[in-house]
Amino acid sequence: MSKSPATHARPISPHLQVYRLIPTMLMSIVHRITGAALYFGTVLLVIWIGAAAAGPEAFDAVSRLFGSFLGRLVLFGYTWALLHHMLGGIRHLIWDTGRGLGKETATRMAWATLAGSISLTLLVWIAGYAFGGGA
Amino acid sequence: MSDMRTPLNRVRGLGSAKEGTEHFWRQRLTAISNLPLVIFFIGFVVLYNGASYEEVRGALANPFVALVIALTLISILYHMRIGMQVIIEDYVHGEGAKIALLVLNTFFPIILGVSALYALIKIALGG
Repeated sequence: MSKSPATHARPISPHLQVYRLIPTMLMSIVHRITGAALYFGTVLLVIWIGAAAAGPEAFDAVSRLFGSFLGRLVLFGYTWALLHHMLGGIRHLIWDTGRGLGKETATRMAWATLAGSISLTLLVWIAGYAFGGGA
Repeated sequence: MSDMRTPLNRVRGLGSAKEGTEHFWRQRLTAISNLPLVIFFIGFVVLYNGASYEEVRGALANPFVALVIALTLISILYHMRIGMQVIIEDYVHGEGAKIALLVLNTFFPIILGVSALYALIKIALGG
């Protein structure tokens, strides 16, 4: 029996790979990727609070894990993802008001999101090393 | 008369998914609440990273800190749940897999939220 017309391969709309990569498109993709990463990164936050509730041994174990080289690397990435997603979100809220949708403005905002997230991540970590350790 | 909708349907404006702009609106609402809450949380972690167990316990037992972190959790967990829902709906086309992932996507934030809130209450009560 032949396949019904609906199950034959149908022409589909072109996807990402056929377009030249432009800054606004890249930031849109990164916004989604950072959002998905933060989804799982929230587990780290819950582990930290849970360890503080569980007692000194658990807290010290988690502190050692998060303070290790790999731990710091993940937390550095987490910080960047959080700040990048936050700035990307602010960009979306600006767009929601109907502003900043022009081609040049949108491209400038895309680069500003990236530059801003990298600078803020470095600032947060410098502040963390300068002022950390408990008040 | 090309509009085949009933007057009631049109005035409700809920469309074929029966939820109208509700998803979009909640995403924006939680995005707005996330901003000050997450900024507070980043400030908290900047001050208390590397702090001792007693210092972190003391800080988390402060009612203001505990309440703000509880609000932060609720806000980000809701935001990430509906965000991940869109990702699943965009990329997972198998009906069974899609429903299974959407179910897990509801369970996951609730499990994280209830665990963290329990931990905060335990700390607040000094347990």
